[in-house]
Amino acid sequence: MHHVLTDVFKVESQLVWHTDNLPQNIDAIVLPGGFSYGDRLRAGVIAAHSPVIAEVKKMAEKGMPILGVCNGFQILVECGLLPGALLKNTSLSYICKWTEIIVKNNKTPFTNKLKLGQKIPIAMANGEGRYYADKETLCLLKKNNQIVFTYAEDVNGATMNIASVCNKEGNVVGMMPHPERSAEQILNPQDAKPASLIFKSLLNTLGVIA
Amino acid sequence: MSLTPQESDYLEKKIGRKPNLLETQIVAAEWSEHCSYKSSKKHLRTLPRKGARVISGPGYDSGVLDVGDGYVVTVHIESHNHPSAVEPYGGAATGVGGVIRDILSAGTRPIAILDGLRFGDIENDTHARWLFKNAVRGIADYGNCLGIPTIGGEIEFDKCFTNYALVDVASVGFGKKERLIQNRADKGDFLVLIGGSTGRDGMGGSQFASDKLESENRSAVQIPDPFIEKLVIEVILNARNQNCIKAMKDLGGGGLSCAISETADALSVGIELDVSLIHKREQNMSPTELMVSESQERMLVITSPEKLATLKEICEKFRVSYSVVGVITDGNTMEVKSEKQTVAKLPSNVVANAPLLDRPSSVPKYLKHISLIEKPETPKNLSRTILTMLSNPNIASKHWVYTQYDHEVGIRTVIKPGKDASVLRLDNGKFLSIKIDGNSKHCYVDPRQGVIGCFDEACRNVICTGATPIGMVDHLQFGNPEDPEIFWTFKESVEGITEYAKYFEIPCVGGKVSLYNETDDGPIKPTPLIGVLGLIEDKPLMPQKAKTGDLIVLVGITKDEMGGSEYYEYVHGITGGRCPVVDIKSSKANQCAVLETISQDLVKAIHDCSKGGIGVAISETCITNDIGCHVFLDKIPSEKLKYDELLFSESHSRFLLTVNPSKIKKVKSLLEKKGIQNETIGKFVGHSITFKNKTKLVASVMVDKAQEKWLNSLGSLVNHG
Repeated sequence: MHHVLTDVFKVESQLVWHTDNLPQNIDAIVLPGGFSYGDRLRAGVIAAHSPVIAEVKKMAEKGMPILGVCNGFQILVECGLLPGALLKNTSLSYICKWTEIIVKNNKTPFTNKLKLGQKIPIAMANGEGRYYADKETLCLLKKNNQIVFTYAEDVNGATMNIASVCNKEGNVVGMMPHPERSAEQILNPQDAKPASLIFKSLLNTLGVIA
Repeated sequence: MSLTPQESDYLEKKIGRKPNLLETQIVAAEWSEHCSYKSSKKHLRTLPRKGARVISGPGYDSGVLDVGDGYVVTVHIESHNHPSAVEPYGGAATGVGGVIRDILSAGTRPIAILDGLRFGDIENDTHARWLFKNAVRGIADYGNCLGIPTIGGEIEFDKCFTNYALVDVASVGFGKKERLIQNRADKGDFLVLIGGSTGRDGMGGSQFASDKLESENRSAVQIPDPFIEKLVIEVILNARNQNCIKAMKDLGGGGLSCAISETADALSVGIELDVSLIHKREQNMSPTELMVSESQERMLVITSPEKLATLKEICEKFRVSYSVVGVITDGNTMEVKSEKQTVAKLPSNVVANAPLLDRPSSVPKYLKHISLIEKPETPKNLSRTILTMLSNPNIASKHWVYTQYDHEVGIRTVIKPGKDASVLRLDNGKFLSIKIDGNSKHCYVDPRQGVIGCFDEACRNVICTGATPIGMVDHLQFGNPEDPEIFWTFKESVEGITEYAKYFEIPCVGGKVSLYNETDDGPIKPTPLIGVLGLIEDKPLMPQKAKTGDLIVLVGITKDEMGGSEYYEYVHGITGGRCPVVDIKSSKANQCAVLETISQDLVKAIHDCSKGGIGVAISETCITNDIGCHVFLDKIPSEKLKYDELLFSESHSRFLLTVNPSKIKKVKSLLEKKGIQNETIGKFVGHSITFKNKTKLVASVMVDKAQEKWLNSLGSLVNHG
């Protein structure tokens, strides 16, 4: 993720240690994937209690664009910034493959360069990536336009094939598939352009490109 | 857990006294077949180890290859067979962990994992299925958690692995040449044990692995913890960047006993350590238990007194446990203390160098009768045979396996698993292609030609991606070496590898020997595994989709070499016949010519022709491209063969090229100028995979039906039995 942000999209970004404070003057936060604490207990649940997360929450309240990918999404859900839960895939196995997601909300800081209904070839890789929300939450998600991407196929049994949701305000987005693995043509077996628009949306939000 | 009487005598003579119990245990761990290579070492000396890119240093646990621009690639291969046969999940997971620490030991970051898996007949054997399923899960859970992609491998099922498992793991590392660990030590340097705590798991694992698998000795199996391994990796690489590591050794087979004696011996220093200082997870562990425990995720680091504080800080930052367990001394003695009392004192060069053996060997009797077999009749319905072959677990797609492995993490994987070889991009703009290959069926029928074939296949696989082979690793797996017939097959394999490596000038940069792979049912078939690394300077051949009208060019000659073929074994239940023989001269010519078609941008894709022969290779190409084909058997350059032999012979040195019609003239003239056997045998068209002999239809299957068989057979077998 750091490589893609800095080397591919030329965004000035820096890694922050889990016990450190967030740097001053930042414009956006990305929580990348990985297996924080080895997915012990439940994916993301321990990292959700990291000292730095308290500050992330404050920034979320202030409206800062925050993106969580894979384990980052799991952490955002576990720390309460995003609704729902991420359960074990119905196959009970880890799934690493290429799939497609469909844009459902193009108003977020990470999707504003995308078209509604646009398909994005993207890599997914997770074991606990099945999005779940109860009926009530689901109603709210729909009502508030909080579903950001859905899978074009049923990959892991996620409710309504949801791949990504945002908070009510739209500034905090979590997604299970990996845009950073899909935005360079040499890595993407299909088309890397749509996934790169997720990063270009961020640049757009930050006012770097029109 | 003991020494042979001869070894005891030898030890007594060397140290001039009777060893105490702890000393005997230390030596027994180190002199186990697993750690000492006492049966194999003399023979392994013939393997060519030098090459322009090879960097060797004292005490390296992995091979190091210079890939230019100040960067190196490291590679190592190991197996974890005995533990995986007892507890497949933990055995396979810790197998991954162990080989990764070997890569780390050189001071390089592990960037890829490959695994070779072998089990019994999973179609009919539920235990084999259980072993397979759990070994895959063990590798997935461990590798995925580390954030190291598992990018490829190979899988074979054969009755000879009944109640057993071969789990081979190879790992690749990448780093800056200037940051390679120099492996030196001076008097007064500290010995720091970093990582997992030491417990009573994996007790005597190396000796357990150096005997026939008779009992399910669970205490000899190690317990995996990938999260600690991940932290250890980051601690070590951080410490490397801050010059805190003068020398380093992974704790693997034989635990501290081996790590200490081998380090002292390789660096020509003495070591004094106190086992009571080790951080433990269990109480009241005896010095012996502490010395031979094979608890995982542990690294032994030698640091200077000036750097000790920084090293401690790094460990604390990552919350990784450590203990300063000893110091480097003058001389060459390893002295083990407990609560400051000396409990063992041995010359490390004696401990680290087991007396080598000259095992007798003799030609196995079975070879005589398996060469005399009657040819099976050609099946009436060859279309059905093709479908049978595609659903053969040895041939069917392995996507059920590799979709469980995160093969993309680290965003280097340019060519993904499921192709001939996987390709990683490197930081210097070059690409690394890697593949491991084994074939116990061929190696059983002819151990020498069998392994040469595996070597050739691995080379062909990396060549299909546009890479030039730059190094190889081998993993030699056999039964009990005390059986002269088995030992003969081992010797033949080593000679075969040596012959091929020398001719192709591919240095052997690492390897491992695993013997005593047998159960009460008998030994496994000889199963040497060959891993080949290839370098791509410019860009890899990214396979392009075959379109209607694209031509199929076959390079190489098809021969009456059905011995050990999937067709004989799976369709007819025949073991025997003539195993494919590599003509190394023409094989090299074919490889060079094919590489040239790639560098001149003349081909859309290349597929190696191996297990299942042309019939399978063409079907796979059609399946993955979602297109049919017309192929003419009469066009295949071959000896006089029957239809089934033309379709399923596993002759080596063959490639299938997908060529756009506009480039066919250039391809043909390039191949012909070099005198390469080749022919345009058909083209891509329609929705069925069709084989004809002139105008006569020989076999035809619909692409979607073939897809269904090839893609789903393995998964549904495992999931639904």
